[in-house]
Amino acid sequence: MTREEFRQIAANGVWRQNTSIVQILGLCPLLAVTTNLVNGAMLSLATILVMAISGAAVASLRYLIPHEIRIPVFILIVAALVTVVDLLFNANLHQLYLVLGIFIPLIVTNCIVLARVEAYANKNPPLQSAADGIFMGVGMLWTLSLLGGLRELIGRGTLFSGIDMVFPGLHPLQILPADYPGLLLAMLPPGAFILLGCLIAWKNWIESRAAARSRRRPPEPATAAGCH
Amino acid sequence: MSTQAKPPSAMKMAVRTAVILFLFVVAFTGLLSAAYLWTLPTIEAAAAGEKMKLIDEVLPRVGYDNDLLKDTVQLQPAAALGQNETSIAYRARKNGEPAALVLEAVAPDGYAGKIRLLIAFAADGAVLGVRVTQHKETPGLGDYVEPQKDKNKEHPWITQFDGLNPGRIDAREWKVKKDGGRFDSVAGATVTPRAVIKAVRKAALYVEENRQQLFAPARGEAK
Repeated sequence: MTREEFRQIAANGVWRQNTSIVQILGLCPLLAVTTNLVNGAMLSLATILVMAISGAAVASLRYLIPHEIRIPVFILIVAALVTVVDLLFNANLHQLYLVLGIFIPLIVTNCIVLARVEAYANKNPPLQSAADGIFMGVGMLWTLSLLGGLRELIGRGTLFSGIDMVFPGLHPLQILPADYPGLLLAMLPPGAFILLGCLIAWKNWIESRAAARSRRRPPEPATAAGCH
Repeated sequence: MSTQAKPPSAMKMAVRTAVILFLFVVAFTGLLSAAYLWTLPTIEAAAAGEKMKLIDEVLPRVGYDNDLLKDTVQLQPAAALGQNETSIAYRARKNGEPAALVLEAVAPDGYAGKIRLLIAFAADGAVLGVRVTQHKETPGLGDYVEPQKDKNKEHPWITQFDGLNPGRIDAREWKVKKDGGRFDSVAGATVTPRAVIKAVRKAALYVEENRQQLFAPARGEAK
């Protein structure tokens, strides 16, 4: 893998093809877990792991998978690997599993994994595919952390609640005054949609400003329809 | 692998595809079984450790002196406990006298399915402690029934039960404040506490009714 290739993969994953604010994939887990920063970050970390492994696995097996039945085979591979990761976590990192536990099976339902396997790993070598999985996950990590942080701050006035379950000894921060009444809307799924919309608008605004400055057309937003 | 010289017949294609899919299924099922068997002992040990840690939360160790993981009684499936399988009650004794009973109850009507509870009752029927062991309530919303997730660290919601004796409290009072009862709840998430409150009361009445049988002395080593 050349340096340039690596840079492309990283830029695509983290910004240009960001799963959550460009491809708008994996909305179900996004709505469900970004009620606070820690949950959003944890789900993303688990997803990074699964995407790296499944990307590498599918890329290694790509010449063995007949085109006609690739989707069932992909699902089989992803589901089996997620279950193995789930079991290994449960056995060897039990404390972490108690925190991440509910998120790991959720990843199977996350169509980002399947989308990247189909769009990338199926056509590229294992190393690149693993890198693609990792950087797509990193893109998801910052977006979900930001979204989770905003929802938590607006909804409850805190940041990092639940951090003590991941790192015992650390404590959540009370950012807004303790008598902040909270905004329930931010904690509920509609709040996630509203804030996600704001994030997308913010990203598009940056893109079009950069495009105006360099006098070129703004890039077409890429979307993968039919998979959420 | 490629046989591009001559396009194979449809039948041949179908068989080949099916065989390949089958082989993938066999390979990954094998992988799964291997991972399962390999991790099973560690997972079971961790689960037993968790169980004892949970029991410690509802029942402090100073209250009893026996090995309660060994002093158990099988409970038949009971609607009052929300259980449709046999479950186990752990009996704590001090100097041979019944001190407390730890059992599992299920609230079937949580916001997202069943909520499993571990409840410790004193010998007189008072609740010593309640903990949620398993639930699927909305993270950040209904999950405050778990003290670790509760924002109120000093008096987590679930500790409201401590010391109460459901047998001596009127059923009309055994509700969330919103329904005219005595228990607090968080606005926007009252389905979860309602389910838990109901399940605790039902379990308490069950213990009241079956006291003799539940606290019966252990049958020696014949277990």
